[in-house]
Amino acid sequence: MTSSKKVMILGGLALIVLGMVFGLWYALFAEHQQLDEIGKQLTTGFALAAERKMPDSHSAIHSYAAAHYDYVRHVDLHSHWGGLAILLIVLGAAFHRVGFDERKRRVLAVGLLLGAFLFPLGVILETIDHGPLPQVLAVFGSALVVGTLAAIAVGFMREADSRQL
Amino acid sequence: MTAHAIDSTNEVPASTTGFAPLSARRIYVMGGIILILVGLILGDVFAALILHPNAGRIGERLLAASSNVASGDRSGVVANFRDIGRALENRGTKVDSHVHIIDFGYLALLLALLQPWVAFGERQKKRLAILFLSGAALLPVGVFLIYYVGLNHSPLPSIGWASIAADFGGLLVIGACAAQLWGLVRGIRLPASATIAGRQDKFLHDRSLASRMLLAGGTLLILAGFLQGAAYAALDLYRQEDQETSILLSLVDKSAAQQSAEEIVGQYNMLQADKAVKIAAHAHAINFGVLAILLALVQPYVFLSERWRRRWAILLLTGSAVLPVFVLMELHWGLVAGGIADAGGLLVAVALCGMFYGIVRYSGALDKNLDNAVEVG
Repeated sequence: MTSSKKVMILGGLALIVLGMVFGLWYALFAEHQQLDEIGKQLTTGFALAAERKMPDSHSAIHSYAAAHYDYVRHVDLHSHWGGLAILLIVLGAAFHRVGFDERKRRVLAVGLLLGAFLFPLGVILETIDHGPLPQVLAVFGSALVVGTLAAIAVGFMREADSRQL
Repeated sequence: MTAHAIDSTNEVPASTTGFAPLSARRIYVMGGIILILVGLILGDVFAALILHPNAGRIGERLLAASSNVASGDRSGVVANFRDIGRALENRGTKVDSHVHIIDFGYLALLLALLQPWVAFGERQKKRLAILFLSGAALLPVGVFLIYYVGLNHSPLPSIGWASIAADFGGLLVIGACAAQLWGLVRGIRLPASATIAGRQDKFLHDRSLASRMLLAGGTLLILAGFLQGAAYAALDLYRQEDQETSILLSLVDKSAAQQSAEEIVGQYNMLQADKAVKIAAHAHAINFGVLAILLALVQPYVFLSERWRRRWAILLLTGSAVLPVFVLMELHWGLVAGGIADAGGLLVAVALCGMFYGIVRYSGALDKNLDNAVEVG
């Protein structure tokens, strides 16, 4: 197995484990509480409005929005780490067919793995730090994923020497 | 459609063996394609019969809740939001069933690829394949039934029978995957044998045009899905989150002031629809891309002439591009775009049926090759 293939397949397996461990922790300890909070705050917002307690109603709706913001990013982290991991493994199985030399393939494999790790990490950090740094990390990670994938698509069109498995 | 011997020198004579006994790999490939086909069809049925009417019901309940706010009826508000919760559970379980069936189909195709490196005997591999597919069928059925079964006759206070069945299905899948991983580790620790198995593996060395089209087309679809997702994150995600909050604030204010809330509820429904179509287009483009790459690698098992394999590949890629593009258009073109998107899904399903037919016709030549290859474990 070539080193680029190892990076793709072993990196993908490591990322899928990371995504599953996070998903399991989230499902067991955080998701239900977060969903309850979302439902509770939205209902409270309307119920308080029915009692004409408008400042409290607005505050509950802002709490709903904050809980929903966190929920979306937690689910995004789990689904993107899992999805990108599957992509790494699937592309890794056919990576010998990318029509570049092994050194370039290794650069592409490392770039895709790094992007696949950093992009969802930036997304989840947005729930902790509302500054620009997590967004920069997410944008950098997603640009790496898009750039390397575009190069891999070109490589698949060129095809490669199948003797290099 | 003419049958095509992939490697005529290794063909198993039909007169002596007929169809070769099912190998674990073929069970995974056939099971995987069936799971994906079922998932695609159920996705269309759910969308038409459940998801769209359900979205309408949520809008109605929200409007009713705003009327309750206007009349100062707090218990009415709580009752309407309870109904919205039920509608969301209905939608969530249907989407989960659809996603899990298709993802398990992908996983089955992926496991088919890894079989030469799994260091178990063929009989053990077959048992694991059946175990995996049983769990992969049980979990989505259980998830689908959660909404209808609820906690009826359940021995547990918070988990119903449908959830228990779904969890048991998940356990079977995890068990089968863990065993595969163990076999894979054993296989990797036998580098010479594993390498020979890999080098002889036609799954990875098929150079047909159909395979190359699916590989390059699949990667381009994934790339398009990523670019659309990036555009959504950059241009829509934060704006939509702010917009949702301001719509809800305006809804409670207008309702409390006893003004008509219909227009605002309409804006809320449009916002949810906008989010849904953009996320669906992103997810479907990437999923169809992964499917195309996996199918590129199983082309040696599609026992059809190269011309027909190419036709099915073109049909699959066309449908895979049409569906997400027209899902995006649904907000502007309404049902017309929805119909074209469904037709795209149908093209994918037809192409999958064509490839499945080719796999069923397969005579066993590659299985014979694999049996003759180094048997690890």
